[in-house]
Amino acid sequence: MANLKPVPMAREFDLAHDSLRELNLFLHKRAAEEGVAQIHVRNPDGAHSIAVGLDAALDVQIHGHVGYYAAGMNKHASVTVHGNAGPGAAENMMSGRVHVKGFASMAAGASAHGGLLIIEGDASLRCGISLKGADIVVGGSVGSFSAFMAQAGRIVICGDAEDALGDSLYEAVIYVRGKVRSLGADARFEPMGETDRAAVKSLLTQSGRSFDPAEFKRVASAKSLYHWHADADQEY
Amino acid sequence: MCGIVGLLVKNPALRPQLGALMVPMLVGMTERGPDSAGLAVYTTPVSDRHHKLSLYSGENAVDWPDLLERIAAGFAHAHEIAAHGNHAVLTSAADPAELVPWLARHAPTVAVLSVGRSIDLYKEVGAPAAIAERYGFKSLHGSHLVGHTRMATESAVTPAHAHPFTAGRDFCLVHNGSLSNPHLVRKKLEPLGIEFETDNDTEAACRFFEWRLREGDDLTTAVQRGFGELDGFFTFLMGTDRELLIVRDAFACKPAVVAETDDYVAIASEFRSLAHLPNISRAALFEPKPEEIYSWRI
Repeated sequence: MANLKPVPMAREFDLAHDSLRELNLFLHKRAAEEGVAQIHVRNPDGAHSIAVGLDAALDVQIHGHVGYYAAGMNKHASVTVHGNAGPGAAENMMSGRVHVKGFASMAAGASAHGGLLIIEGDASLRCGISLKGADIVVGGSVGSFSAFMAQAGRIVICGDAEDALGDSLYEAVIYVRGKVRSLGADARFEPMGETDRAAVKSLLTQSGRSFDPAEFKRVASAKSLYHWHADADQEY
Repeated sequence: MCGIVGLLVKNPALRPQLGALMVPMLVGMTERGPDSAGLAVYTTPVSDRHHKLSLYSGENAVDWPDLLERIAAGFAHAHEIAAHGNHAVLTSAADPAELVPWLARHAPTVAVLSVGRSIDLYKEVGAPAAIAERYGFKSLHGSHLVGHTRMATESAVTPAHAHPFTAGRDFCLVHNGSLSNPHLVRKKLEPLGIEFETDNDTEAACRFFEWRLREGDDLTTAVQRGFGELDGFFTFLMGTDRELLIVRDAFACKPAVVAETDDYVAIASEFRSLAHLPNISRAALFEPKPEEIYSWRI
């Protein structure tokens, strides 16, 4: 008999019966111990904190809608939500990939340091707020105050943006294809360069979108808030 | 933090199940509001000659049949009372403008929670599941309802501070958030003869909108005026005998999700309160956009 290599096993959790704590404990510890690489989660039914704090190259498939903070602090893992996500999806992600097939509520990708967040539908207000280095691709539109104080990373918006896009931006860059209702303080449109087109092309390809990068506009910081102006009107 | 739930059945065949569909919605919002819970349910209206008053006696035992006799002695009208522990629905042909002050004088331990032809109102301190059980929420019938679970942030935990708040006839409001100018709103309304029952911020919003309705605005117009008058964070869910309306402030920090099918419109702070509803997987799901007014009529 041939010496068979063990096939990575899949495992299923049904949150109609299994507790969230059991699931997350499995994802944090036992999956690696048991050599399970793919985990399916059924009946998430909007539960909070599903698959938070992962630290291994797992493939987590969540079949349904998730509540707050899904896949928060993710490291290495690929988490796919076959449904909508509640507030704070992939917040503080460090690396890996989080893919929301539906829409995402407020503050998706907040403070994320690395990795790729893909939202196929719309993202609500404050998408990518305080982004610190991750990439976000939104297939639909984003709500107001998106990319507020975003420090590093890239956000590709295939649809429109509502008010105050990129308010008080630092070094993060936004690429937007549709209409922008208003830019935030210190955010400005800038010409697309070759590097920008290549970045958009790469992020669109990674997220399975086929728009022409030439359709996107670049939004970045005018850097006028970087330094204190003693002479500026300080009345608020 | 607080939880809100709303349900309007478009298919009249579902009206007997309104309460049963709602209880898991309300209980699902317990983590957002474990202090108190409340519910306004809109039922088949009583006749044009009658009104319904939802009465509540808290921890005071009230002899409801005795109260009914005393009301009958004071008012030459037909009256009925349906009592359930410390809660009762009084149906009367007397003018509420006379009956409510009479109750305040003659039955001071009884609070009037709502007045109207369609609305029944319940609110109490405690866990949502216990309150739902105590008042038999699952057997309630009706066309639509507005519910709330409260986590108090700016005023006391008492039944009077629980939501829904009511004002006028058949109008109620629940709130997730906090207002920063309720005292200014109150200062504007009190000189118009509008009386407040609590120091709660939500009551100011409730009385403001009801005042606008009496001044001839429809609910949508009243809410539009509210954008200029009410400062703070809010997701408001409101009910009238004909309408269910939800609106979020410009910053939309307080969540809400709507599920709509051919049979119903269901609203909750979070999807986890909607997950059990029939055919939810085929419902259109969306989050109300900031300062956009969404309303449904029966």
